[in-house]
Amino acid sequence: MSTVEERVKKIVCEQLGVKESEVQNSSSFVEDLGADSLDTVELVMALEEEFETEIPDEEAEKLASVQNAIDYIVAHT
Amino acid sequence: MSLEGKTALVTGATRGIGKAIALALAKQGAEVVGTATSTEGAASITDSFHAAGAKGYGIVMNVADPESIEVGLKAITDKSGAPLILVNNAGITRDNLLMRLKDDDWASVLETNLSSVYRTSKAVLRGMAKARWGRVINVSSVVASMGNPGQANYCAAKAGVEGFTRSLAKEMSNRGITANCVAPGFIDTDMTKKLDDRQREAMLEIIPAGRLGQPEEVAALVAFLASDIAGYVTGETIHVNGGMYMG
Repeated sequence: MSTVEERVKKIVCEQLGVKESEVQNSSSFVEDLGADSLDTVELVMALEEEFETEIPDEEAEKLASVQNAIDYIVAHT
Repeated sequence: MSLEGKTALVTGATRGIGKAIALALAKQGAEVVGTATSTEGAASITDSFHAAGAKGYGIVMNVADPESIEVGLKAITDKSGAPLILVNNAGITRDNLLMRLKDDDWASVLETNLSSVYRTSKAVLRGMAKARWGRVINVSSVVASMGNPGQANYCAAKAGVEGFTRSLAKEMSNRGITANCVAPGFIDTDMTKKLDDRQREAMLEIIPAGRLGQPEEVAALVAFLASDIAGYVTGETIHVNGGMYMG
């Protein structure tokens, strides 16, 4: 069973089309990984599906980095 | 232009333009789900697919009711997979001169003809985004461009749909999802049968083609816009009106 961190990073790679080596915990989706606004919406949708959870819009907006996403998932699943 | 393997959702498919669109998409190989507001209507859609030897069925969905859309889409997705083609065709008219127009007539036309398009489009986008392919085709009207006395509500709603479509096209086209409008003119349907002879004469005088359009002539354009080959056409409103209005 993969850790939350591994699963989040895998989804980030798939959604944003980046290599695993480029994805650090501190990476910002927009600034470091080149996501546009639609990418971030799709990323949240993909996280919701992977972790079978619903991320409210006001929370989704705060998920700016890989670490933010990992922390959110750990706290809410 | 094969749509084989794709699920299409056509709202307001019981009769007229919606029925013709549903059959045209089914003829291209799509599995088509047509919506009606009553169980009889849904059954008649299913029957018309059977009669045409086409794949598809009717369901009851009230596009003015968000819950009904949610329930309907879940049922479709479970049974046929997420719709990658959405045709927003369902529409109503509540005509009256503006000075006599009731708040209810304004609200219900905006709700059914405009807000429904927002709701159904939003509901199908997730599936389309995942598939990196989608077609949203909204049925507008020539009066969105021309205006029409007695139809301030209808014209406002349809013009709203066209603006909505352009925004949607800008947001989603880099995901392989196109959004377009078709704007029928004077088509031979129940909606235009309501006109009296005098109104009909007056309409024909301003149509260079000198005749009403047939629902199939609108449906053919929708089938094209739904196809793979139309992937570079997006944010457009295409008129089908016998030359009545040329933009």
